[in-house]
Amino acid sequence: MSAEVVLQTEPVGRRNEHLYFALRNPKVVIGLVVVLALLLLGLIGPFFLSDSPNEYVGPKSEAPSGEYWFGTTYFGQDVFTQFVHGLRSSYLVGALGGGIAFVIGLTIGFTAGYRGGMVDEVLNMITNVVLVLPALAVLIVISSYLEVRGVVSQAVIIGVFSWPWVARAVRAQTFTLRNRDYVDLARLTGKRSPQIIMREIMPNMASYLLMSMILLFGGAILFAAMLDFIGLGPSNAVSLGTMMQQSMAWSSLHLGMWWWFIPPGLAITLIVGALYITNVGLDEVFNPKLREM
Amino acid sequence: MGRYFRRKLLIYGLTFIIAVSINFAVPRLMPGDPVARMLTRNSVANLESSEAMRGYFNDLFGLDVPLWKQYLNYWAALFQGDLGVSVFAFPAPVSSVVADALPYTLALLLPSILLSWVVGNALGAMAARNKLLDNGALPIGYVLTAVPYMWLAILLAWVGGILLGWFPVAGGYSFALTPAFTWTFIADLFHHWFLPFLSLFVVALGGWAIGMRNLVIYELESDYSNYLQALGAPNRLVRRYAFRNAVLPQITGLALQLGVVVGGALVTEVVFAYPGLGSLLLNAINNQDFFLLQGILLFIVIGVLVFNFLADVVYVLVDPRTRLGLEGGQS
Repeated sequence: MSAEVVLQTEPVGRRNEHLYFALRNPKVVIGLVVVLALLLLGLIGPFFLSDSPNEYVGPKSEAPSGEYWFGTTYFGQDVFTQFVHGLRSSYLVGALGGGIAFVIGLTIGFTAGYRGGMVDEVLNMITNVVLVLPALAVLIVISSYLEVRGVVSQAVIIGVFSWPWVARAVRAQTFTLRNRDYVDLARLTGKRSPQIIMREIMPNMASYLLMSMILLFGGAILFAAMLDFIGLGPSNAVSLGTMMQQSMAWSSLHLGMWWWFIPPGLAITLIVGALYITNVGLDEVFNPKLREM
Repeated sequence: MGRYFRRKLLIYGLTFIIAVSINFAVPRLMPGDPVARMLTRNSVANLESSEAMRGYFNDLFGLDVPLWKQYLNYWAALFQGDLGVSVFAFPAPVSSVVADALPYTLALLLPSILLSWVVGNALGAMAARNKLLDNGALPIGYVLTAVPYMWLAILLAWVGGILLGWFPVAGGYSFALTPAFTWTFIADLFHHWFLPFLSLFVVALGGWAIGMRNLVIYELESDYSNYLQALGAPNRLVRRYAFRNAVLPQITGLALQLGVVVGGALVTEVVFAYPGLGSLLLNAINNQDFFLLQGILLFIVIGVLVFNFLADVVYVLVDPRTRLGLEGGQS
């Protein structure tokens, strides 16, 4: 009875400890505030602004003013409306693409590391092949063949090609954990492999998994921005990458319309940079050695 | 060592086969008819070339031949160096169009990759365990790794090209000049090359510096460093040993990072309209020139694989453990 109570309270206590340090770590707090603020803007903003960001609403090539916060494009579209919609699709691509890559990477990494033997050989080979394959070039070829491109399909193909480093790291960690006594014990009790992986092995690398999810999220956003910039963005939506593409296509550089190309790139830099800094902060939270005294 | 190389070569061979297979499969599996799209786009502009292309496509996609035979034909053509005919630069073959653009991309990529690796590693090693430098270098490094390649390129073009007017913002050389082996032309090439190079160099710098900093800190905490310090070895010596051990993962990292850097080079070239593979790729996409697109992908894959192999060779030269067949080289 008492042993059970201890078992139940232990992880809760540890989680609270992590939360305690996370909320007192300036890197985590600043990073999360930036990410969440932009997310909120992207989520709520479109409800207050026009539904169609490509609408011609104002004077052409207007500098930022009280009415048009980020100015207008060469055609008189409101840059701020586009920006807010772009934020939304960037987060969507990040969450979906990063999520898919995360699931694939985890599945392959755990299976390879836990099973070992022939399964591991094959999966490891696949992982190494996808790792060497220049992802962006493959993504470009695939998405250029798609006649209708959407944010979701873009996220899916990004996810399918950006998982290998997660799989590799998960596999390596699973290798070191799979022969521990408590895993053997779980195996003796007759639990099935997926259950053992989920209940016994995964919690030991929860912190690492959280951090790799963050990196995948940021990576997917960067990938999507690059694809959009080459002109392979969603054909019916606005994204931060297509904004930059449009601004370059209509020579905003030479016209001096800095308000057109600065906000989208700055937003991506802020989101991804804040995610990285959160990641460093989390590292300190999970690894007491790194905490500043 | 033999096993190490055999394994690596197997992986690279498989990667090449898979890349070619993707090239083969994507046009055939995608919804819609890319050939028809390609033809309708060009039939209006140039009747003669369209006719020639229709014949060519029928020959190549030869729908009366079973799929496995199409696949074999594809490989056979590939080994004869036949990548198809470019639509956008008709009737030039894809291989020659790509070969024309390749030197520009290589001239951007090689110096920027190697220089940023060397400088980044040096900066990172200096920043490790150095409060003052660390506090400055680390945040800048993180911001740099988060910057999208094209945005930094746009910013540099805007500041260095438009606001200051120091550098041209488009092209590989001035239109007034004809390519020749003269000093004016070389100076002009360099003048156009500098901003794209700088942009690629700066973006990659941060990642290397951060990686090196973390690795050096890790090495400085290890037993041999503590032992050396306990013996009273000078700090410089301890750091030198830490650095030499920390460089090893960075060499592997260089090879792994390559795909990303190539992608960055492509978009950077698009920003500066630099006449390398990136601009070619943009043209291919805008003209729905699928042969050219696939040819570029193939060249990129081959380039990345060759470079990976070179990194493996360097790794073996630098790390004696792989040479002696001990633990070390990660496969």
